[in-house]
Amino acid sequence: MKRDWLPLLLIPALMIGALPLIGSPASWVTLTVAGLAMGLMIFIMASGLTLTFGLMDVLNFGHGAFIAVGAFVAASVMLALAPWMTADSIWLNLAAIGPAVLAAMVVSGVLGLGFERIIVRPVYGQHLKQILVTTGGLIVAEQLLKVIWGPDQITLSRPTALRGAFLFGDVAIEKYRVLAVVVGLVVFAALALTLNRTRLGLLIRAGVENGEMVEALGYRIRRLFVGVFVVGSALAGLGGAMWGLYQETVTAAIGAQVAVLVFIVIIIGGLGSVGGCFVGALLVGLTANYIGFLAPKVALGSNILLMAMVLLWRPQGLYPVAKR
Amino acid sequence: MAEPLLSLRGVQTNIGRYHILHGVEFDVAEGGLTMLLGRNGAGKTTTLRTIMGMWRAAAGEIRFDGRDITHLATPDIARLGIAYVPESMAIFADLTVQENLVLAARSGPPDQKRLDWIFARFEALKRFWTLPAGHLSGGQKQMLAVARAIIEPRRLLLIDEPTKGLAPAIIANMIDAFRELKDGESTLLVVEQNFAFARQLGDTVAVMDDGRVAHQGSMAAFAADSALQQHLLGLGMDTHQ
Repeated sequence: MKRDWLPLLLIPALMIGALPLIGSPASWVTLTVAGLAMGLMIFIMASGLTLTFGLMDVLNFGHGAFIAVGAFVAASVMLALAPWMTADSIWLNLAAIGPAVLAAMVVSGVLGLGFERIIVRPVYGQHLKQILVTTGGLIVAEQLLKVIWGPDQITLSRPTALRGAFLFGDVAIEKYRVLAVVVGLVVFAALALTLNRTRLGLLIRAGVENGEMVEALGYRIRRLFVGVFVVGSALAGLGGAMWGLYQETVTAAIGAQVAVLVFIVIIIGGLGSVGGCFVGALLVGLTANYIGFLAPKVALGSNILLMAMVLLWRPQGLYPVAKR
Repeated sequence: MAEPLLSLRGVQTNIGRYHILHGVEFDVAEGGLTMLLGRNGAGKTTTLRTIMGMWRAAAGEIRFDGRDITHLATPDIARLGIAYVPESMAIFADLTVQENLVLAARSGPPDQKRLDWIFARFEALKRFWTLPAGHLSGGQKQMLAVARAIIEPRRLLLIDEPTKGLAPAIIANMIDAFRELKDGESTLLVVEQNFAFARQLGDTVAVMDDGRVAHQGSMAAFAADSALQQHLLGLGMDTHQ
């Protein structure tokens, strides 16, 4: 089977191209790991959104709400378990992080279920209304977060075991970023296995291409969509929890802020494509870190520039989905 | 007289602001092959899509095996044993040939004997088994679309222009396959522009004009009546013969 390797090759090309510009190999390794960690966290948050768009053409501008809720729920649990977070035992640290992440995913998933029923379902097939009501949903969610958790930002400290860095000579790699890379790769592997090795995945891939024909084969695509929406929301919650720990602060605007990167990633990747989302996320993470080091003044615009360049090359994104 | 497997009574369908079907009425007898003919824009494709629930009938009744299916959802209609091959083929281009057929086989992995029967008629599907369906030629995609509908026994097959763009050799294989299907397990309702193909295969015919069925009867009688063909199908049909 002929595969399209070109977009994938952009990642090593970007890494290799950045090395002479950065100069110091130690700095380059640190920035590369930081970029991969950032990219994989964005991928976790974006993967569900790209699938829900692919399956039902739903433009959910409220996706950031699940990210923010995940971050707040995880922060609350971690603050409640503060003694375990600051303990010297890695097991106690994990005993605090585990329930926090689980709670973030469950609450975001349940919120996603309600969001789909109340806000998204009435506007299936109506893109303008989808943009309006889901953006409204995000605004309402942000205000509710302020009502529940207060308007001030919450400061989070990483657990003892995840503070500091691994040192290899001159190279310093933050422990938390290594964890983010591992979790991101595990999520990607789980999604790839589900999509490529299971009947459910086959249905999702077919549904992304042509939901109407999947229905004509006797499958209820809306149930599938609700399932994917809930899983995507739960993953956004996981990503929000991880992003909160990455930034070490949580504010009500966290969802809207990260959602910009999430949308850039799914557009770069090709709407509906999980593989494209993965490559797009890594490109965005690496670009943000390299440009942030090389030319901090243009760092903010670097991802928009990246998106523009990709779309000039491939207007449908890196891995366009064959839509009916 | 036995009750038809499928019957449409007074079916009206609107697409947006456009009123496409104006009270379609015809029957499809069990175990036969009914050809649905008509000029472009007569409402043939809309009729098939309305039967499948992809477009909703605004009025009228569609009965399948004695049951009112007018307001059922598309997956529920398909689960009654109705398969649909759209004119666009609607194969899943990013999925392999194998995955397209595995997905269509709802009750489990495709039966090997059934697969061998399909491969005997559509050999290209075996050759390109692991290739993404988007890489197939137009004719091979059409084979896959038909194979997907018949990968498991279905009571009724709705097929929209199966010979469009096909080479004569493949059309001959398709004729064989449809004959065997109607002699065995399935009833077929086929939309067709190629009158030579329609005449060879059809037991009965329904001819549509301007969103209505203008004529229904046996194919033999219709094929013998060139004046009626000329009146209902026009000169355009000659170009397909």
